[in-house]
Amino acid sequence: MLQVEGLYLRRGSNEVLHDIHLQLPPGQVVGVLGPNGAGKSSLLSVLCGELAPGRGRVTLQGRPLADWAGQERARRLAVLPQVSSLSFSFRVEEVVGMGRMPHGTGQRRDAEIVEAALQAADAWHLVERSYLALSGGERQRVHLARVLAQLWPGEEGATLLLDEPTSMLDPLHQHTTLEAVRRFADCGAAVLVILHDLNLAARYCDRILLLEQGRCHAFATPDAVLTPAALKAVYGIDVLVQAHPERGHPLIITR
Amino acid sequence: MKQRVQPRTLFISLSLLCLLAIWLSLALGPVSLPMFDTLCAGLRLLGLPVSEDGLQQAEMILGQIRLPRTLLGLAVGAVLALSGVAMQGLFRNPLADPGLVGVAAGAAVGAAVAIVGGAWLGGMPDAFAPYLLSFCAFVGGLGVTALVYRLGRRDGQTNVATMLLAGVAMTALGGAAVGLFSYLADDATLRTLTFWNLGSLNGASYERLWPLLLVATGVAVWLPRRAKALNALLLGESEARHLGVDVERLKRELVFCTALGVGAAVAAAGLIGFIGLVVPHLVRLLAGPDHRVVLPASLLAGGVLMLFADLAARLLLAPAELPIGIVTAFIGAPFFLFLLMRGRG
Repeated sequence: MLQVEGLYLRRGSNEVLHDIHLQLPPGQVVGVLGPNGAGKSSLLSVLCGELAPGRGRVTLQGRPLADWAGQERARRLAVLPQVSSLSFSFRVEEVVGMGRMPHGTGQRRDAEIVEAALQAADAWHLVERSYLALSGGERQRVHLARVLAQLWPGEEGATLLLDEPTSMLDPLHQHTTLEAVRRFADCGAAVLVILHDLNLAARYCDRILLLEQGRCHAFATPDAVLTPAALKAVYGIDVLVQAHPERGHPLIITR
Repeated sequence: MKQRVQPRTLFISLSLLCLLAIWLSLALGPVSLPMFDTLCAGLRLLGLPVSEDGLQQAEMILGQIRLPRTLLGLAVGAVLALSGVAMQGLFRNPLADPGLVGVAAGAAVGAAVAIVGGAWLGGMPDAFAPYLLSFCAFVGGLGVTALVYRLGRRDGQTNVATMLLAGVAMTALGGAAVGLFSYLADDATLRTLTFWNLGSLNGASYERLWPLLLVATGVAVWLPRRAKALNALLLGESEARHLGVDVERLKRELVFCTALGVGAAVAAAGLIGFIGLVVPHLVRLLAGPDHRVVLPASLLAGGVLMLFADLAARLLLAPAELPIGIVTAFIGAPFFLFLLMRGRG
């Protein structure tokens, strides 16, 4: 389990994260919401060890994150960045296959996992295409498949961090992607996902961390976090919140 | 997408091409040897029991002149191509060149110091001069690369963009230094300096070959071990880190291998451009970007291209000889443009 206690982070003279406490329990999808510059991506960078916190502890299965050996950690923790800069013409299956690098499971098993992960990300039809010939949204799905393959099948002990995985996707694939993430969590993986779409967060997350200028404004279930008062305070927008007529989760409508 | 050549097909064709290039390189030159005699003499040099009737001259030319030259060509080509792969991986850019980290510029300054400085000191003993030149070129290349690497480091991380710009600046500075030495040099020294800058496999000897062969073997054994990590690095540095690669160590190894390899190649044969840029690019066009294929294939293809370029250098103006850097640039640059245009279409 990935755990953060009393996290502070400064960048230059700005305090970008202030006293953050967070746990990613197995089987849950935790959404991170907040306006631009609220510290969402900084939080993700600290959680995956790219940035060292000024104060506070980040532990993975009780061990400080920095104490893990690279490969050992990569078998338990996978990260999907917002954009990727691959400019070589790998085939899609090769890109996803790189997710299997930390494992020594052999070619045959890896090929099965690559197929399963591509199908989960609804990108199996792209398998023989060149990565460079894909659209932005297709690339995003291929990278999702890559990080899914890295932790496949997503059992307990696996932690997945996603930075805006739906930013370039059409409405259908926003849902298929988050459904795949949801299924991954249902197998036992812990997931943290940064989102901008409040309704997607309301539908797919078990808990939501609402960040406001580096501070935790709320960390609870979608029903408790996504209230008109909280959204007015953090985003400055006026909204109506109703129950989804079929599913019951909160539905946010701007006024 | 375009069909890729199967790795096995690629390796077999490259190996056959390599054997052909070696054979031609041994047979052709100012004294052209019959192809069959070349083969027999070559086999005798390998220690096989072939009768030596009428082969004494062939064996001497082969053993004393053409074999070291051929081996030098293979090693220089292989090492330059491998360094090209390493740099293109480090900078995650298929158009990067081993010269980018300043190693060629540093070597050129080292050579200029040796050539012009040697002349000032009243001339080195003839037996000693080539070694001094090679040594200075090697040290210059390594020194400038180390400096560029230091300039790119901050807070324990290496910033490749800063390294790239530092490399550009150091290359300009090196060019200015070589220009200054050229200005100060007398006519004879200037000629030596100019020809060295154009590169040549001429005057290959076993003594100058050994250090390069040693370095080439080291680089050729080390880099392929890191092929998977290099693949991951192409995704991006943090992506590679999340896949469990020790990225800082990998970058250090890539810079070190390039500095050592290009330094040794330049020390042995002068500045030879385009091999490091064109060969990996060509291999990737044929077989895709997987480093598990690209590294060994570039090693072979670099050697092959180098030998063919050297054949052209030897034969085009025979009995005179063109500097090989001119040949590689004349073949490499238009070919590269052709590849670019084709890739765009």
